Amino acid sequence: MTTIDSSRPDQIARDAPEPFDAPAITPALSVAGISHCYGRRQALSDVSFGVAPASFTALLGLNGAGKSTLIALITRLFGIQAGRISVFGHDISDRPSDALQLLGVVFQPRTLDLDLSVMQNLLYHAALQGIARREARLRGEEVIARIGLADRVNSRVRDLSGGQMRRLEIARALLHRPRLLLLDEATVGLDVQARADILAHVRMLVAEQGIGVLWATHLFDEIIASDDLVVLHGGHVLARGSVTQILRETSASNLDMAFRSMTEAADRGRSS
Amino acid sequence: MSTTFVTHERRKLGFGNYVTCLNGILWREALRFLHQRERFISALVRPLVWLFIFAAGFRQVLGISIIPPYETYILYEVYIAPGLIAMIQLFNGMQSSLSMVYDREMGNMRTLLVSPLPRWFLLVCKLLAGTVVSLLQVYAFLLIAWFWDIAPPLIGYLTVLPALILSGLMLGSLGMLISSRIKQLENFAGVMNFVIFPMFFASSALYPLWRVQEGSPMLYYLCLFNPFTHAVELIRFALYDKVNWVSLAVVAGCTAVFMIGAVIAYDPGRGLARRAPAGGET
Repeated sequence: MTTIDSSRPDQIARDAPEPFDAPAITPALSVAGISHCYGRRQALSDVSFGVAPASFTALLGLNGAGKSTLIALITRLFGIQAGRISVFGHDISDRPSDALQLLGVVFQPRTLDLDLSVMQNLLYHAALQGIARREARLRGEEVIARIGLADRVNSRVRDLSGGQMRRLEIARALLHRPRLLLLDEATVGLDVQARADILAHVRMLVAEQGIGVLWATHLFDEIIASDDLVVLHGGHVLARGSVTQILRETSASNLDMAFRSMTEAADRGRSS
Repeated sequence: MSTTFVTHERRKLGFGNYVTCLNGILWREALRFLHQRERFISALVRPLVWLFIFAAGFRQVLGISIIPPYETYILYEVYIAPGLIAMIQLFNGMQSSLSMVYDREMGNMRTLLVSPLPRWFLLVCKLLAGTVVSLLQVYAFLLIAWFWDIAPPLIGYLTVLPALILSGLMLGSLGMLISSRIKQLENFAGVMNFVIFPMFFASSALYPLWRVQEGSPMLYYLCLFNPFTHAVELIRFALYDKVNWVSLAVVAGCTAVFMIGAVIAYDPGRGLARRAPAGGET
């Protein structure tokens, strides 16, 4: 499913030709040797993995595993202390503008402006991306229709349901037509139906629009066999590869069991 | 499944994109301001209370001699009007910074900072937007003050505009510089007490400096080195179509220093990092 050797994302990024010449070869996201500390506390330790274009990669980890720290580093909210991150070959530290243009983000906390309308939120985001107003309005109408909020275009965001807000955030993240979408616990606080709808919508984006997705979650039931998987625990990558491959290597019948066996072994190793 | 790949974009960002971004940030701040009517009203009530009550009470106590830019004896209300204008901008600048700390905690600031445009530019746009909001408040105050017989020459309403922009930027930058060192929202109120009130009272906003000098030479020098004093004097002179060059130089210099300091010191991870050790998601 993916041609990327996720154990050597840095190698791929360095050897690959220009991303727009060969988008199938250059990883959508390359995280290489990332470590991060909050004071003395190590939040991430030598984290490396890659996300292929037009693929769905789940970043699985419990609360405190380091998922949000990693998202903050990829989006340049935190400065990189050690390692290297690139988006379609553009280093986030050296060429942030090129990298961020190709990146859409849905953060864990809601980042919509509750007092503005659905369209106003989209227009604001478009302006931040430097998209002229007329073009922004056209794109806004297009994405609003796609997420089924055409009748709420002038509604204040405050009046939307949690699921609608999340769909709007995803639509907003796609407004500038990125090639990689990061979603940090995007279904937190939503009911079962809203979760399923959002997950289906994101998988549709991968299939139909060829967007690479990094889906950070702690919920096993959001991951399917055909996904790529990165297991993050205590700031360390415990496993990466396809779900089937990880199940085979851990001899587990399901992801829950595989995750438990990996994390328990890691915790034992750390305490001994 | 059939795959229909759409066009993805990587554009060379040019001048037009920067202007679009600036417009967007100004538009958003203006909309937010309009939605928060209570903020507008409270921003007006504060200086009006000073003007209608404090100044009226002190009119008989504090005599004002003829000092530049005034060419005749003036009422105390007329004297403190520029100080109250600067007070509006001081509060607005600090409030804008407060909203940046709030936005950082609530996550809205992340939306701004993942823009592909340079971070320094985004922060300067935020400062400009805060200044524009303060201009709306100042002109509303001047309109009400006009009915209170505080009527500078008509040209003064125009010539004060550049002074207001500059002083608004200086006070906004100072607020941003302070907020960049604030770890959480609750700390901000305390800092405000150590910034707003000392700055306001140790200035020429309420009394001329020669009167301060008579009372306390030390306080006089404190006032003299207070950038807020120079913001007040810049506005005072501009309202009467004059330029106080010393104040202009001080305010321009402080704006540059505070702005550069704020951009360098701004750390978007500060609010995020604070939550991390508490056991929340990291």
